[in-house]
Amino acid sequence: MTGAWDWLTTGANWSGASGVWARLLEHLWYTMLALAVAIVIAMPIGAAIGHTGRATGLVSGLANALRALPTLGLLILLALWGLSTFKGDIALLGPAITVLVILAIPPILSNTYAGIAAVDPAARDAAIGMGMTGREVLAKVELPVAMPLIMSGIRSAFLQVVATATIAAVVSLGGLGRYVIDGYNQQDYSKMVAGALLVAVLAIVGDRILALIGYFMISPGLTGRKVRARATTADMVVAIRQEGGSTVLEPANQAGARS
Amino acid sequence: MNWNWLNRNTDQILSWLLAHLWLAALPTLLGLLLALPLGAIAFRYRWSYAALITVAGLLYTIPSIALFVVLPGILGTRILNPLNVVVALTLFTLALLVRVVADALDSVPPPVRQSATAMGYRPIRSLLTVQLPLAIPVIGAGLRVAAVSNVSLVSVAALLGVPQLGQLFLVGFQLDFYTPIIAGIVLCLLVAAVFDTIILVAVRLATPWTRAVSHR
Repeated sequence: MTGAWDWLTTGANWSGASGVWARLLEHLWYTMLALAVAIVIAMPIGAAIGHTGRATGLVSGLANALRALPTLGLLILLALWGLSTFKGDIALLGPAITVLVILAIPPILSNTYAGIAAVDPAARDAAIGMGMTGREVLAKVELPVAMPLIMSGIRSAFLQVVATATIAAVVSLGGLGRYVIDGYNQQDYSKMVAGALLVAVLAIVGDRILALIGYFMISPGLTGRKVRARATTADMVVAIRQEGGSTVLEPANQAGARS
Repeated sequence: MNWNWLNRNTDQILSWLLAHLWLAALPTLLGLLLALPLGAIAFRYRWSYAALITVAGLLYTIPSIALFVVLPGILGTRILNPLNVVVALTLFTLALLVRVVADALDSVPPPVRQSATAMGYRPIRSLLTVQLPLAIPVIGAGLRVAAVSNVSLVSVAALLGVPQLGQLFLVGFQLDFYTPIIAGIVLCLLVAAVFDTIILVAVRLATPWTRAVSHR
């Protein structure tokens, strides 16, 4: 433990191509790329499923099956396939990002779907009654109301991706996992622990930052963050619902897969 | 798939499978046993709810590999000691289930609790014989999530040399050979399915009243 502290306080370990800053940047790059791709894929599909109510059984089944899938196995399987199929950087980076995207999709997809499916029918009816089209109902009522759950899905996905990006070092990718894997191979326990602590800090800080972003992305009508002079209909319906002791804001869906 | 390779290594694979089974099952059980009293405390005393849920959430945020690496330094164990895996996964299971148990107890309708009190049940007896049984389906659902993710998480510990099915992935990577990897994934999925089924059946057996209602 004290060895890890010495390692972390040695300035030389922080600079250069294998220094902490460079590794941290790599780790963040893999994580953000995978998360962005997963959001682009999962949110529209989740929204479509939640809005139409079709294929709901498929989603929960898929999410459960993916939770059981060993990430290390999937990563190595795709990495071997990538090495035999592509040349250059993409041979490893492609499969690794693919695995991260596969892991990030279920929490985002199922939370988007669940959030929209849980929207109060009265809010939806009110929106239709105001003359909104299906698209408008989705964009102006359902998605904003589902946003707390969607954000918690994105947070679960982030944690999953940060953890698995660490494991990606085993197929000789960069990122903070390098310290854990290299430290193990060099029997340098201090380096391993330093890497592990950095990953843990990254996960916790990133989770807090996403929580903060979520707080500001969620409609003020839902959080009561500030009183607005003129509330929209959806806000009012939601506000009425909250006064009735509803649980639409129940944020944590911690039941996501983890790694 | 190279069946010959599998045939030649059956003994090794079986011993990894066995290790995997208990490395995933033991933490699930220990985590549940610890989560029940802690969840009951979080449910009973509101002030402890926020504290326990915050700590659990923080714990749940830490990537498993980080915990596997750091625990030997805290416990004084060797890095390949399977105990690290058991402790780490017990903590994760506990972190997941404390909230589930507290919320499950909370979801028991107040009239039921009040009836028990009116019938002369003291708080502990009401908790153990009325509220806990009624909370079983929700706790069971949380336990299934924990058990299934534990099966997947155990394999990560292969990176630190702990022998279990995860070794098949590393062997496959070193040999550039798909067979062990696919075998490892299939066995992990099978173990997860077995755990899932066991919990599902246990919950059904423990809650006969839910079926009596649903068949009407």
